[in-house]
Amino acid sequence: MTQDAPRNDRPRAVNGHAPDVFKREGQVPMREYPKNAPVDFVIVGAGCGGSVLAAKLAEAGMSVVLFDAGPFFQPRRDFASDEREQEKLYWLDPRISDGDDPIELGANNSGRAVGGSSVHFQMVSLRFRPEWFKARSKLGYGRDWPVDWREMWRYYDEVEEALKISGPIRYPWGPDRGRYPYREHEVNEAGLVLARGAEALGVDWAPTPLCTVSAPSGKSPPCAYRGMCKIGCSINAKQSMPITYVPRAIKAGAEVRDLAMVGRIETGADGRATGVSYYRDGKWRFQKAENVVAAGYSIETPRLLLNSSTAQHPQGLGNADGLVGRNLMVHANDAVWGEFDEEIRWYKGPPSMATCEHWNYADDDPSKNFDGGYSFMSQGPLPGDFAGTLTSSTGMFGDDLLEAMGRYNRMAGLKMVGESMPQVDNRVTLADETDELGLPRAKVTHSFCDNDRRLQGHGRKFMSRMMRAAGGKNLFETQSTAHLMGGCPMGDDPETSVTDDMGRVWNVDNLWICDGSLMPTGGGVNPAMTILANAARIADRIIDARFD
Amino acid sequence: MSQPFRTPYPGYDVLDKWDSPSFDDQTREVLRARRDPPPRRFLDPNQFALLEALCAVVIPQRRPEPVPIAPFIDAALHAGRGTGTRFATMPPERDAWLRGLEAIDAEARAAFDGRGFCELVRPKQARLLRSIDRGDCRAPEAWQEMPPQKFFRALLLKQIVQIYYSAPAAMSEIGYGGPASPRGYVRLKVGQIDPWEAPFGTWEDQA
Repeated sequence: MTQDAPRNDRPRAVNGHAPDVFKREGQVPMREYPKNAPVDFVIVGAGCGGSVLAAKLAEAGMSVVLFDAGPFFQPRRDFASDEREQEKLYWLDPRISDGDDPIELGANNSGRAVGGSSVHFQMVSLRFRPEWFKARSKLGYGRDWPVDWREMWRYYDEVEEALKISGPIRYPWGPDRGRYPYREHEVNEAGLVLARGAEALGVDWAPTPLCTVSAPSGKSPPCAYRGMCKIGCSINAKQSMPITYVPRAIKAGAEVRDLAMVGRIETGADGRATGVSYYRDGKWRFQKAENVVAAGYSIETPRLLLNSSTAQHPQGLGNADGLVGRNLMVHANDAVWGEFDEEIRWYKGPPSMATCEHWNYADDDPSKNFDGGYSFMSQGPLPGDFAGTLTSSTGMFGDDLLEAMGRYNRMAGLKMVGESMPQVDNRVTLADETDELGLPRAKVTHSFCDNDRRLQGHGRKFMSRMMRAAGGKNLFETQSTAHLMGGCPMGDDPETSVTDDMGRVWNVDNLWICDGSLMPTGGGVNPAMTILANAARIADRIIDARFD
Repeated sequence: MSQPFRTPYPGYDVLDKWDSPSFDDQTREVLRARRDPPPRRFLDPNQFALLEALCAVVIPQRRPEPVPIAPFIDAALHAGRGTGTRFATMPPERDAWLRGLEAIDAEARAAFDGRGFCELVRPKQARLLRSIDRGDCRAPEAWQEMPPQKFFRALLLKQIVQIYYSAPAAMSEIGYGGPASPRGYVRLKVGQIDPWEAPFGTWEDQA
């Protein structure tokens, strides 16, 4: 269910100004570019991929216009402490969800705002295990990335510094890394449940590295432990794109066009991109560009490429081999919930303050009956969110439901981020029906494979053991998914990938992709930092290619 | 048949913090606007009465001023606002609701001698919903191939409970801290509560 009244229906980044995100009112100056003269880069999507790219390219002196289909919010004015009102942060336009295991979209993974899902992500900031970048060659499953892990790890350093990630001094898993820029947050009781369970089972745990500051940074105050990260941070402690890379981009001369839905990437007689057609403020318009970047994440990026077909690109852009939209991945998000004698009050603090990555690294454990890995975190869902989880998984209602929700303050939960395998038949296609702008809706087809199911079963079993070891009673399990990855994987071989190692679409040399859809494998951690690091890397590759 | 629920937090009301730093202006504005439920505009009077009856079974409210739920579902249907997901097995949201409401009434008539859902006593309504959730249907043609359990859980139950549990009255009932901005929480560990949180609750299993 969505907010009760339509709001935010007029663009706010207009007339040479953008909203000042650090204030309730007020604006900052913003450069604007003419539509009929080509800018160096048009970037479609101001999420974790597009915002980083826009900032770095603009800082390198390029002219950039950054589009987003959603509004440019001012958190201190627009982010109420209210779950229903804040549904405006999600992509609520229907997509059709099909397959044996259809995934839930909207609130579950898709953002629609300047900043994309970074506005409502829960800030878990983990790095890929090095081996995942060569999953096929080193671990025997999935697909290899066309990038060396050491290069990616240098970019994790860069983006962790830019976002002032607050994390522990010693992280128990993976290669040595430097200290996190900010000290770890105090772990709430929900996190200590995980810690207790981990210690009882003899596996490591860690305070979660989080994308909300533990001390002041610039104009951001430290995290106030409101616990409403999933519905938007109203105090700007969360280092989301609209308060980090987007202001950097604007300051460096980029233009942001909010509430601007790009419907087509236009191409010329030579097959190269010429700009984008977009709908803003009541009509269709065209922006000319030397280069176009699709950064709309794993559904909107394939949808845009597929919808940009011409006589020369009859199957859509970059899709001569029919690969666009395929190899879509989600994370298994199975959870185990339990009740405790004491009041945990899991609503206090960010939702996931403790994490366990044991099963991302334990290759030799005899119980491991699956390829890939999973991490899991402590939980702290808001009441409406938890009530939805309870009812959709159990069908409970009436006094039974009131009674179960009456134990809200005594609940704790563990929820996994489980790697799923890239499969060609998990894909985004265009549906026959169209949206309000006449654009074909996306259809998302998803089924788990046997390995995915073994991993989920292992995860639920292990999390249940841990929950019991921590003192949890009356356990119950739920199944869900989170995060999107893949759909336009990058690679070394044009026959098996959509782009090269710098996100350039094979055969259209001025068309790029820069978002999570590039990921060839999904890993067992939340993808935000990997999307950011990859975007920072692609930005440097583009800058080097132009100015060498 | 379960016992009527009693809140572990009698006397606690998140709205007592209305004029404190736990509430910011935008939250006050949203909650103020919601005090007057929108008028019925999408469902017809019979469909709306059925929806209200369903809300009352899903969330039995024993308070003088029950939290309104049905008007907000009707308003979202009127505005065509969805959830972002349309399962391929389901029709578009508006059609799903119309079809689902009609099917629930048809189930009632098939199971209880032609009496509609609104004419049944509460325990019979609950029993009927449980059989629909199990997929144990007596009027399968009324569903027109829409999976009954999917409609029941993913749309009907989920939307009703999400509206209810975002209401201050429901937050108070479960001891949730409520709106928290700019002030959040300081004491995060077991046995610690901030002065602006609910006092510790009492449960029958701990009495």
